[in-house]
Amino acid sequence: MSDPILTVRGLSVTFPDNNGGLEALDAASFAVRPQEFVCVLGPSGSGKSTLLRILAGLLAPTSGSFTFAGGVPRIGMVFQQSNLMPWRTALENITLPLELQGMEGNTARIKAQEMIELVGLQGFESNWPRDLSGGMAQRVAIARALVHDPDILLLDEPFGSLDALTRERMWSELSRIWQARRKTVLMVTHSIGEALFLADRVLVLTQRPGRIKLDLAVDLPRPRADEMRYTAHFGKLARKLKEAIE
Amino acid sequence: MFMDMKPPRKPSRLSRRALPWTAVVSLCAAILAWELVSRFSGLPAFILPAPERVAVRFWQALADGNLLLHTAVTLSEVLLGLLSGTVAAVALGYAIAKSRLFERLVAPYLVASQAIPIVAIAPLLVIWFGPGMFSKVLICALIVFFPVLVNTVVGVRAVPQPLHDLMRSLRATRGQIIRRLEVPAALPVLLGGLRIGATLSVIGAVVGELVGADQGLGFLVNTARGLYDTAMVFVAVLTLILLALALYGVVALMEKKLLSWQEVHE
Ligand SMILES: Nc1ncnc2c1ncn2[C@@H]1O[C@H](COP(=O)(O)OP(=O)(O)OP(=O)(O)O)[C@@H](O)[C@H]1O
Ligand SMILES: [Mg+2]
Repeated sequence: MSDPILTVRGLSVTFPDNNGGLEALDAASFAVRPQEFVCVLGPSGSGKSTLLRILAGLLAPTSGSFTFAGGVPRIGMVFQQSNLMPWRTALENITLPLELQGMEGNTARIKAQEMIELVGLQGFESNWPRDLSGGMAQRVAIARALVHDPDILLLDEPFGSLDALTRERMWSELSRIWQARRKTVLMVTHSIGEALFLADRVLVLTQRPGRIKLDLAVDLPRPRADEMRYTAHFGKLARKLKEAIE
Repeated sequence: MFMDMKPPRKPSRLSRRALPWTAVVSLCAAILAWELVSRFSGLPAFILPAPERVAVRFWQALADGNLLLHTAVTLSEVLLGLLSGTVAAVALGYAIAKSRLFERLVAPYLVASQAIPIVAIAPLLVIWFGPGMFSKVLICALIVFFPVLVNTVVGVRAVPQPLHDLMRSLRATRGQIIRRLEVPAALPVLLGGLRIGATLSVIGAVVGELVGADQGLGFLVNTARGLYDTAMVFVAVLTLILLALALYGVVALMEKKLLSWQEVHE
């Protein structure tokens, strides 16, 4: 078994408030191996977004630490909302991470075009974000998170705002992209079905302050299909997760 | 203090599109009314010159180069004032938007300074800095400053936090954040401020020239008035109106070009 790409040790966060501070995350410890797809599940307010924000370097933990193998990692982040820049076209949104790395314009556009094809948005390259549907915008966001070849993908309920049908289509696409690109993924979700469809492992957080309550390996065969949901093993895993959340 | 200030609303698309032919109609109507009043009211020409008199005077002033010279002077004052006022306001506005402490330090002075009517201190500025162009540029800059400042603060503060998070997760430098996030995100509100500033700058230049100048359209108004050459006063005023409209049009054009990504509100 390979060494972890990410090791989290005793991560705690307390937000200052008027009565002694609000504990959002309590001593979370876990490790993620390269190319592993890990889902984080938990009730609202259990510190899932907080955890991702810490790992992305947007927030400093109150105590504890985390290390990425090989130093400061390249991060690809997808937010709950697609979070595109409205003044950039779909393609220009995808080139942003490359521009920030100082890549020359033409090369960046060629790479972004590859990503457009990966997420199936050919023909929409020069659309403004306002002219994209929710699902298309979210796919642009995913392309943007992948384009600079990040070491780890941090996804915060990326499909939360989509309807059920689009969401399930996005699962298959993300699954396909993940298998094609072999990325390490840490994804927050509210949905047991989503976690079981995508993940190698599911971490369940408790009510606030979030503590890791369950670390469940998902040993369902890949590629996973719709029918899998009606198998007994899927039902068993789903029940375990459900019990842990409640 | 800046948080509760709303940026000015953009004119609706309808009013923009409807401008050309309705404007022509109402302009013709106004000229016709002017013609009728000047003909039948019995007012002497030095009170209300007829349109054709003004037109003749306009061609004369244009032909002898006078009008162009004074227009060029006023236009330079307006543009230099607009430029320097905007640069200063954007720089200070950015600092205020980014630092609450800095805001608390300078906001009281800025608000107090707004109680000073620029028109009233214009004579002072002319005494201090002379009747040349510099005092006018200064007046323009001062008058442009506040609206652009407010819009800068509002615009920069309104940059969505999630986009800031995105830039930070990509380890963007300060300069990259300014260039690739804050400038484009704040641009609509900023251009709104510039649009107001452009019109105000014309007013500033004229006020300065009326107070004391040896060149410019305001100076032209003053001298023509002294000579009871009311037609020439009309020419100068109309030129000023054209100048202000042209500037407004340039900013509106910039908005149209730079902000094509924006949703068109109907
Ligand atoms: N910047 C902040 N300042 C103060 N409190 C915060 C801040 N960010 C989050 N919190 C609090 O920390 C707790 C955990 O928030 P977090 O957003 O991580 O939860 P979550 O698990 O992502 O919830 P959800 O599923 O609803 O998205 C919440 O009670 C929230 O109110
Ligand atoms: Mg969250």
